[in-house]
This record gives sequence, structure tokens and C-alpha cells, in this order.
Amino acid sequence: MASAISCRSVCKVFATGRKEIIALQNVTLDVADGEFLTVVGASGCGKSTLLRVLAGLESYTSGSVTTAGATVVGPGAERGMVFQNYSLYPWLTVLGNIKFPRQLAIHTRDRTSSDVETASGRADALLHLMGLAHVATAYPSQLSGGMQQRVAIARALMTRPRILLMDEPFGALDAQTREVMHDLILYVSALEDCTVVFVTHDVEEAIYLGRRVLLMAPQPGRIDSIYDVPLPPQRGQSMKHATEFLRLKSEIRERIAGTSGLRTDLELLQKLSRRAAR
Amino acid sequence: MSQRSYWSLAAVGLAVPVACWWLLATSGVVNRVFLPSPYDVIHRVGVWFSDDDLLADIGISAFRVVTGWALSALIAIPLGLLIGTFRVVRALLEPLTDFIRYMPAVAFIPLVMLWIGIDEGAKIGIIFIGTFFQMVLMVAEDVRRVPMAQIEAAQTMGATRREVIEEVIVPSAKPALLDTLRITMGWAWTYLVVAELVAANSGLGYAIIKAQRFLQTDKIFAGIILIGAIGLAMDQAFRLVHRLAFPWLHARS
Repeated sequence: MASAISCRSVCKVFATGRKEIIALQNVTLDVADGEFLTVVGASGCGKSTLLRVLAGLESYTSGSVTTAGATVVGPGAERGMVFQNYSLYPWLTVLGNIKFPRQLAIHTRDRTSSDVETASGRADALLHLMGLAHVATAYPSQLSGGMQQRVAIARALMTRPRILLMDEPFGALDAQTREVMHDLILYVSALEDCTVVFVTHDVEEAIYLGRRVLLMAPQPGRIDSIYDVPLPPQRGQSMKHATEFLRLKSEIRERIAGTSGLRTDLELLQKLSRRAAR
Repeated sequence: MSQRSYWSLAAVGLAVPVACWWLLATSGVVNRVFLPSPYDVIHRVGVWFSDDDLLADIGISAFRVVTGWALSALIAIPLGLLIGTFRVVRALLEPLTDFIRYMPAVAFIPLVMLWIGIDEGAKIGIIFIGTFFQMVLMVAEDVRRVPMAQIEAAQTMGATRREVIEEVIVPSAKPALLDTLRITMGWAWTYLVVAELVAANSGLGYAIIKAQRFLQTDKIFAGIILIGAIGLAMDQAFRLVHRLAFPWLHARS
């Protein structure tokens, strides 16, 4: 299968004063066309940096990044991105937000009237697909966090991106809303047939959504391991209780704890509590 | 708090100081020459209106304030937008603006008089100096407060740099910009008095200075209160525009 995303020895160094921080070290990665890849790792492992490099929002120091065969040199409409929050335009209605890309020259150049019609139809279709039809004329501030993220996803899909990059998009939502959003994003990404790279700090979310889970480690930020998720492509909430799901979950969590470098010193804690008891 | 209790409290907050003032002025503790009663002040406003062309004074003062402030906004908004958006422009201009901002505008008056003279231009110039440098930095700050995610989202949808400014940064910063204009309008009124104290033969500030020469404390009071009232009215007008222009800020489900 063709690679939608291909990274070869990608390095990213942040220079802060005299110190240099290696955010990404030798990242080599292929994401297949239509794949749903989730990325987890302890904080500071560079998972968000990697996503931003793919989006073209962040430059890289060395190596090569190509999407659909073309080198990434900056942001582009073929790579849509969904942020954790604050990315919606509060002065536009829900429909206005979704139609926002239509104001941009890149999407209006050489446009015929039938294109306009198609785009209008697409905005409507996305509105219905994301369950937003009844709030089309509301402003984002009038919506719950979950509904706001639906708008953000719909807007990112408006330009029919081949790749959808998601940076902890459900990180600010409550558990119930998240579950609904999980099934929605699986359904929508399959329907739109786009490749998804999804960054999260929630291991359960990563396994439930991903066909593969990429685990990154900090200091320096690098790929630690890649897990194939042993679940059928069609996911359902009940799978979260399956043995293989739980086994993979604890395996990944242990590995993250192992790479984070943050260990609770149990002996010291016991000593201290004993001293306090005395 | 309900609208009704807000306005009743606001009425009490205004009425109490006025009542105290009245009592103090009529009790005879303070000489009426130094502390006129509210009635004297109202009476003076009436005389000023009928005999001394109050409206002309208000008109010329408002003209100076609005012109100086508008000139300042005309240059400060685009400049602040550039400082807030482009790091190069910021490095080039922000330290300079910061530096000039701390120079007292009042100290520029002799220089302004030497350069521009004592015509309308001088008064407008002083108001301009008093508001411009603050305004530039406030506009730059308003622009910088636009959430990065809003800008980056537009970039990932294929927006050019120009489109990011026109379609995201400007509309996103607009409410804050209007607030900045409202606040700097208040400062412009402050500098009006300074400008008219020095070199004028008309206007509210000039009237206050002239009243001092003739020991007309009631007219000084009237002038100060009128400036306050005009400022309050303009402030409320700005707030009204804010509500009308940005319905999304005031829409709640």
C-alpha cells in the first residue's frame, strides 16, 4: 500500500538560549494510506511536535517529511488539523466556521458555479454528518465543548484533506462525550477515507481508535515502539473489556511509565510515612 | 444581579456623594466661594448655556478630542497590527514606542508650541502625543492575544499570510480593539484639558482656567462635571456599539 506519510530520520532541535533541546531524534515512520495511527507518550516526548511538523506548522532541522510523495515545506490544505481547543472563530456561526475555507483564495481560484454548489452541498452534508444541523446558526460560545469539537472536525474536513492531523482533540471533554466522539471520528474517517494521525495522552483512547499505536519517549524525543492493535477494524465500546485490549493497555502504560523517567520512590515514601507515624 | 438592582445601586452610589456635597456646601462650614452648592453649579451651567455659548465650548473641545484621538487611531491601529503580527516590526518599533510612552506628554507642550504654534494644530498635537504611543502598544497587545490555534487552523486550511491577517487576526481582535479605542478616548479628554490650559481661547478647559482667574468656583465645578458627563456618554456609546457590532460576545444559549 502507498504511504500517505513518510518520515526519514527527522530531527528537530529547539535552541533556547545556549541550551539545545532535541525534540525529535531520528524519527523514521511510514503511515499507510487510510490508516488510523494514534500517538502516545510521556509529556515532552515530542508527539505534538511530530504532529506539528507533519502539519507544516513547525520546521524540522534535518531529515525528510513527505506526504503523498510531496515534501512538506509549510501548512497546506491537503493536511487538515484539529486542535485541542480555541481554534474556532467565535465571530462566525457554526455554518460560517465550517464554510470558512471557502473564503480563502486557494479554494476559490478557478471556481465554477457548479463548484460553489458542490461546496455548499458539502458544508450541508458535514453539518448533518456531525450532528450539527440544529445548531447551524448558533455561535461557538453557545455550544458545549463536545459540539465545538464537532465543528472543528467538520471545518477541517471541508477542504477534503487526504490527511487529518488531530492534536488531543478530545482532551478537554468529559468521559461520556469522548466515547461518543470516538465512534463518530472512526465512522467519519472511514467514510471520508482519510489518513488520520491522532495524538493523545489517553492510552485507552489510543488503542480504541488506532490501527497502530506509536509510542514515543522523551529526552530526546524519539519513537520508542509501535504496537499493532489486535482488534477488528470495526470497533465497538464492548471491546474495551476484551482481554487483549486490557493486556495491551497495561503493557503500553507500563512502557510509558518506564520511558518517562519519573518514578515514584516508594521506599522513600514508606520511610517518610513511618517517620510521620512515629 | 438583576438589571433593576444594578441600576438602583448605581443611583444610590451617585446620589450619596451629591447629597454629602450639598450638605457640606449649605452647612456653612466651608465658604461658598470655595465650595459652591450643586444648585449653584446647575445655575451656572444654565447661565453658561444662555449667555456664554456653552455649546460652542463643548463643540470645539469635542472637535479637538475626537480629531486628535482619531488621527492617533488612524496611525496606531495599522502600526500596532504590524507590531503584533510581525516579529521584525516588533523588534524594530516596540522598544522605541515603549521608551517614548514613558515621556510625559505634558512635557512636549513647549516643543509642540514651538513647532506647531498655538493654533488648533497644537491642541490636537498634544492630544495625539498623549494617546498615540499608548494606543500603539495596546493595539499590538490586542493582536498578540488572538489565540494561536485560530491562526494555525487557518494556515492548515490553506490561508496565505495576508488572509490570516484579514480573515482571522483582524476580526478576532476587533472587540478588544474597540475597547482600546474606548479607553484611549478617555485619556484624550484628560489631555484636552492640559492642552487647553496652556494655549487656547475657547473650549471647556479654557473656560475652567478663566473661571479660576475670576474665582468662579461654580464654573470650575460645572466644567469638570460637564467633561465627566461627556466622557461617560461617549463611553456608553462605545459600549452600545460593542453590543451591536459583536453579537456573538453577548449571545448565550
